[in-house]
Amino acid sequence: MKHVITLNVNGDPYAIAVNPWQTLNEVLRENLNLTGVKLGCGEGDCGACTVIVDGRAVSSCLSLAVEMEGKKILTAEGLAPTGETLHPIQEAFIDKGAIQCGFCTCGMEMSALHLLTKNPSPTESEIRESIAGNLCRCTGYTKIVEAIGAAGEKMRESSERKSS
Amino acid sequence: MKEFSIVGKHVPRNDARAKATGTAVYTDDIKLPGMLHGRLLRSPFAHARIVGIDTSRAEALPGVKCVITGEDIPKVKYGNWRLFPETQDEYALAVDKVRFIGDEVAAVAAVDLDIAEEALGLIEVEYEELPGVFDIDSSIKEGHPVIHDYCPTNISVDRKIEYGDLEKAFAESDYVREDVFTVHPVSHAYLEPCSALAQCDLDGRITLWTSTQVPYIIQCLLASTLEMRENDVRVIKPFVGGGFGGKMELRAWEFCAAFMAKKTGKPVKFTLSRDEEFLAGRRRHGMKLYSKVGFKKDGTLTGKDFRVYLDGGAYNAMGPTATFLCGNFGAMLYRYPSYRYLGEHVYTNKPPASAMRGFGAPQAIFATETQMSIAAEELGMDPIELRMKNAQVSGDEITGFATISSCGFKEALEKVAEMSGWKEKRGNPKEGRGIGIGCYSFISGGAFNWFNTQYPYSAAEVRVFDDGTAHLLTMAADIGQGCDTALKQILAESLGLKMEDIRITSADTAMTPQADLGAWGSRLTLFNGNAVLDAAEKIKSKLYGAVSARFNMNVIHDFECKNGRVFPKGKPDRGLTFGEAVAMVQKAQRGEPLLAHGYYTPRDKGLVTPAFSFGAQVAEVEVDKKTGIVDVKKFWTAHDCGTVINPRAAEGQLEGSIQMGLGYALSEQFIMDGGKTLNTNFLDYKMPNAMDMPPSEVVHLDTYEPEGPMGAKEAGEGLAIPTAPAIAEAVFNATGYRCRDLPITPEKILKAIEESESEKGGSKSTMK
Ligand code: FES
Ligand code: FES
Repeated sequence: MKHVITLNVNGDPYAIAVNPWQTLNEVLRENLNLTGVKLGCGEGDCGACTVIVDGRAVSSCLSLAVEMEGKKILTAEGLAPTGETLHPIQEAFIDKGAIQCGFCTCGMEMSALHLLTKNPSPTESEIRESIAGNLCRCTGYTKIVEAIGAAGEKMRESSERKSS
Repeated sequence: MKEFSIVGKHVPRNDARAKATGTAVYTDDIKLPGMLHGRLLRSPFAHARIVGIDTSRAEALPGVKCVITGEDIPKVKYGNWRLFPETQDEYALAVDKVRFIGDEVAAVAAVDLDIAEEALGLIEVEYEELPGVFDIDSSIKEGHPVIHDYCPTNISVDRKIEYGDLEKAFAESDYVREDVFTVHPVSHAYLEPCSALAQCDLDGRITLWTSTQVPYIIQCLLASTLEMRENDVRVIKPFVGGGFGGKMELRAWEFCAAFMAKKTGKPVKFTLSRDEEFLAGRRRHGMKLYSKVGFKKDGTLTGKDFRVYLDGGAYNAMGPTATFLCGNFGAMLYRYPSYRYLGEHVYTNKPPASAMRGFGAPQAIFATETQMSIAAEELGMDPIELRMKNAQVSGDEITGFATISSCGFKEALEKVAEMSGWKEKRGNPKEGRGIGIGCYSFISGGAFNWFNTQYPYSAAEVRVFDDGTAHLLTMAADIGQGCDTALKQILAESLGLKMEDIRITSADTAMTPQADLGAWGSRLTLFNGNAVLDAAEKIKSKLYGAVSARFNMNVIHDFECKNGRVFPKGKPDRGLTFGEAVAMVQKAQRGEPLLAHGYYTPRDKGLVTPAFSFGAQVAEVEVDKKTGIVDVKKFWTAHDCGTVINPRAAEGQLEGSIQMGLGYALSEQFIMDGGKTLNTNFLDYKMPNAMDMPPSEVVHLDTYEPEGPMGAKEAGEGLAIPTAPAIAEAVFNATGYRCRDLPITPEKILKAIEESESEKGGSKSTMK
């Protein structure tokens, strides 16, 4: 029996009929064609599928779609909605050379967003801890950690500018 | 060093934006109308005869569109060594027999994945189990079960190298050292699981999108297994989420997608699960290596006897190449006046081992480097001093192999010693701390042609336009390492254009020029870079002609393309913009578009490689003697990759290599129960995460490779080699535990500390 769930993804409302065993990952990838959500393991181990659900970073491959009723979901596609100006996290990943094959990138960015929203000035070890659930086989994480630090700085600057 | 304007600069990858915004499309992201979803049925037995397969219940399941087994497919075996057809030992689906747990037996295509998965459970296979062999020794011992009928010995390939008088060398040595090393298999663990999508075109031809490092090889082998002509198969490589050697052969799902697309007339897609990747995926070869080296009292090497058994698993895969290369890697880094190698590739009933970053070198050089450190200890020399004494230098010829045209090895040794504070730290050891060195040399890149291509190894087409832009077409496969960007940089530099002036189309076998052997053997920078330069030179000579004619220049003038202009070097004011010059040529050619083909095939450079990279790495560790846990404090690396085309990309290769090397040394391994892989997920496989990574410092040495494009050579694979031996030596320095069997585990360290006896197990040395 399919259930219809209503949810908000990247600012847009959707009503989708899902099977009880279907994951959020499947809905985002298969129903909504969001390629910024990857499937690297399907077991909660790699973080490539990370999205933000109501402000928290979660593994979309472990989240059941039926539990998403009324939730607000953000994926990499929603980071820079107009596509013109990128989010500071995306900019930093590009500038710092934090992207190689790119398969871990979107998940990393979502974990970074989660961290920087909670903790605008993280230490290096806090950054490392925040992405400990996001595996990368290409970069050795060095430039990813640098990028997250740089993005945090930029985000702080722009929020200070706004508040002053 | 030559000054460049784009090469050697921090240029962001051309695909970074697409990847950062989630718009980059990987194979599994592609959906076509009417597409079916495929799943593979795999063998639960390590070695068994297939008595019969009943697919009728699966076929009857509503939604199932196609079920195939080995019975249904053309009986064409494949493998990458086309030059030696007897080594091609694999069918896409098992015929008569299965040889490892996970061997592909049948395939289902259905309207959705759930139905395909359910159908797998309805296929009934009757097996007759056979005795299996799970390690090298039992596979080659008298009375062993035979895995492939064509190969009664279970040794599928061997390779010998011999030069110099080894027996004499040993007899005249003051010190001879013999050791046995074992190294374990590890996983590529690329983040993107393999995926393939095939479509049967309206004219009956096949298009395959696949997560591969070798589009051309897939095109050829798919054509042969489908019994089609090569040009009737088009292979497109979308974005690929890492390969590291694990995506360089035709695989069952690529064949099944294409075969079933032909059969059903619908597109068919297969994507592997992570569990399948670990259970049945390719892996780095486990090996057993016997090494005997001789030295004079002063540390001069006299010779080496190197005997290697490769645990190949159930099929050859890329094992023959690894067997071959191991022999070359054994003779690299140091000057061996005499050398003997025998490598044997042994079948076992385990998932096939294949190419993985370093392709035989991480294993061979782990043995070389560990033995050098042991010898230094016994000769009473500093490990770096012993290496300096024997290091290869530019101009050295390795017998029957190649001449080293550029070599920064000694500089690398000096540099890492200085950066790491080697003398001070070795001289004043702190309790529980240790420091060790590991070195590497690697091919740049693989020059062998066992694939037997009749095309150039690398090719490029460059089209230029009167709006001042250019289009580069190449079959080179960017799998994350960044060759699209590097090749664009090389072209931009050569034509004097900006990065944004260049469009690139890559890795589509129907659109890009024939051919390209693929992303392996650290080929791309040097081979494809040279092909790009070749095409660019042809374009430039036309442009120069046009500008010369336009300004009525004396023939002695030399020209240059720079900053978007084409002009005589001596009279820079007399020139045209790039676009104007192109327009002039087109006018002169009465409309014919201006394009050029370039190619590169190394000739006269030996059969292995036209150039070599070198480097050295120091690791510092702290070992907790109560728990045996190794904490790597820092790495220092100095490497010679020639001209650095893209510094961030080169650093990224090193940083990623360290992650892989750290895992290889300390944490990653397959837990096997006979032929069954037990740890089939990331959690239990234990590759290093962001918290496990130590800090690291690097120096790119200033060297210039005459054979390389703008002086460049490889930086992608060699760097994966030194980390394990560097850590092993540091652990020895800290604890007295000498690792001869990777990985280094707390249990092994504790046991060694307990026995507090460092030298043991299959090793002996004689000092005269
Ligand atoms: S795909 Fe969800 S954690 Fe790996
Ligand atoms: S960039 Fe390839 S997995 Fe992270």
